[in-house]
Amino acid sequence: MQPVIELRGVHKSFGTVVALQDVNFAVHAGEVHCLLGDNGAGKSTLIKILAGVHGPSRGEYLIDGDPVELASPRQALDKGIGTVYQDLAMIPLLSITRNFFLGREPKKGWGPFARFDIGRADQVVVNELAEIGIDVRDPGQAVGTLSGGERQCLAIARAVHFGARVLILDEPTSALGVHQAAIVLKYVAQARNRGLGVIFISHNIHHAYAVADRFTLLNRGKSKGTFQRSEITRDEVLHVMAGGEDLQRVEMEINRLGERRPVSG
Amino acid sequence: MSEAPETEPPMRKGVGSDSERIRKTPLLGQALRRPELGALSGVVLIYAVFFAVARSSGMFSVEGIINILSVSAEIGIIAAATTLLMIAGEFDLSIGSMIGFAGIVIGLGTTEYHLPLTVSVLVALVGCGAIGAANGYLTVKTRLPSFIVTLASMFILRGLAISVTRYIAGYTQISKITETDPDSAMISLFGGHVGQGFFQWMATVGWIGAKANGMPLVEGLPASILWWIGLTACATWVLLRTRFGNWIFAVGGDEVAARNVGVPVNRVKIILFSLTAVSAVLFAATQISEVGSADTLRGTQKEFDAIIAVVIGGTLLTGGYGSAIGALLGALIYGTVQIGILYTGIDSDLFKVFLGLMVLMAVLFNNYVRRRATRER
Repeated sequence: MQPVIELRGVHKSFGTVVALQDVNFAVHAGEVHCLLGDNGAGKSTLIKILAGVHGPSRGEYLIDGDPVELASPRQALDKGIGTVYQDLAMIPLLSITRNFFLGREPKKGWGPFARFDIGRADQVVVNELAEIGIDVRDPGQAVGTLSGGERQCLAIARAVHFGARVLILDEPTSALGVHQAAIVLKYVAQARNRGLGVIFISHNIHHAYAVADRFTLLNRGKSKGTFQRSEITRDEVLHVMAGGEDLQRVEMEINRLGERRPVSG
Repeated sequence: MSEAPETEPPMRKGVGSDSERIRKTPLLGQALRRPELGALSGVVLIYAVFFAVARSSGMFSVEGIINILSVSAEIGIIAAATTLLMIAGEFDLSIGSMIGFAGIVIGLGTTEYHLPLTVSVLVALVGCGAIGAANGYLTVKTRLPSFIVTLASMFILRGLAISVTRYIAGYTQISKITETDPDSAMISLFGGHVGQGFFQWMATVGWIGAKANGMPLVEGLPASILWWIGLTACATWVLLRTRFGNWIFAVGGDEVAARNVGVPVNRVKIILFSLTAVSAVLFAATQISEVGSADTLRGTQKEFDAIIAVVIGGTLLTGGYGSAIGALLGALIYGTVQIGILYTGIDSDLFKVFLGLMVLMAVLFNNYVRRRATRER
């Protein structure tokens, strides 16, 4: 089966700094592909290439099997690649509806009397959110009144509504508590079941393992391989992510520190 | 290829959204979400106080009310445009100087260059609109605070107005502007009165005072009041019912986020700076039509009056939240207190003290409302 988007042998360097080296990455429709890696592993660079912010220095970017060169995020969006960044591009004081349609407001009327069709927009928002299990009391309420998880889901729903076939979610659960993260993870799974390809960036293995079908592990700009969920355990993922033995050594050192501490009553 | 996705239990509507814990937003909560609530309660309070103190003083006669509305209308015209600019997160301190500058453009055009008044007003509209756009362009390009950019233009415009007028006309005042072109449509458009028949009738019946010749003391509803209400209605419509209005809120709420979703942030700001300047020209045109003269010092400190009306009206100083109807109410409070204090016998110098306190209260109240409006529920 052909992937929706694919990177082949991609290199990216900024001046003398090599951010990505010979990375292969692909997402199919109807799968959650989790991109894992520590800070500085190259996750951000990879997303930015996929989202059309940067072009690769070397290597190929294919959409539906055809090589493309994206000049801007707008072009990526037009090809159905929706990116939800960590800051969400939501304005807290503005209502849910106004945020949802910001920059793409439906119009009614003619010429200078064309106006923002708020009635229709409200209806769309209520329907879209009800579908993902968020029951908004009033689409006119400020986005700031929504919980973090709801806000994240709203941002994803916006990307889907405006035609995304592939969702790039940048750390969608990192700022959320357990309950709120669960809301988002459920929605991600639901989007996958509807046939969207999802790229899920995280450094929380528990969140990643809950929804991912495949993992790609990045370490210092290099891919450590792509694994089916059935091929790899949580601990193994963690092991590769943290750079092998590092964590074990740290753990041993911490234990040693613990032994030396005087036991207090 | 990926393994088959596990089947998820069908999602129950409302799962995770805590919907079971939420009641419908109570009416009071909905009212508190409106930016103009504070100003509305201010108006009610002020009228209650004045009614108790100065009921029999003539403040509430037709003449008194028209007087109050005329003063409010002047501030209200510039406040309507200022509120849009402030919702977009910017200031314009040059409005006052712009009023003086527009006045001398209209005045010199008519008296020195013998242009019809209509043409002079159009020249002022285009010229000042362009200067306003330049304010906006400088602000978005230099990324300096608009406070600084427009502080500079405040001084530049005032200085230019004085020096140019003295150079061309020899004075800093231009009189007999309307007399030069007495039949101009501009005079009735900006300085006329509406409902003269009705006011005449009220005088005949004895509801309002009449002069010795039987003419009513108040000729009719001054055009400036209609401009004020009309501009407020337009601004409200733009804010609440158009795409551009949505962009104004977004630009003031979070400029970066707005830009990320494709809102033309710079264009929105430049247009709003330009509109603010245009409102200053309208202010100058009404003043000239009513009194017939221009003065290079006209409009001094009006920028602060406009900002005060806007802030009392519930617009946040940081942008992203506010209302044109609030600005109308803010201007009404301004006019009511300024005129009303004369009827009460209280030292009228205290007007500014009162205004200052009012602004302070309004800002504290607005902050409280904003916290309430955006609190997680």
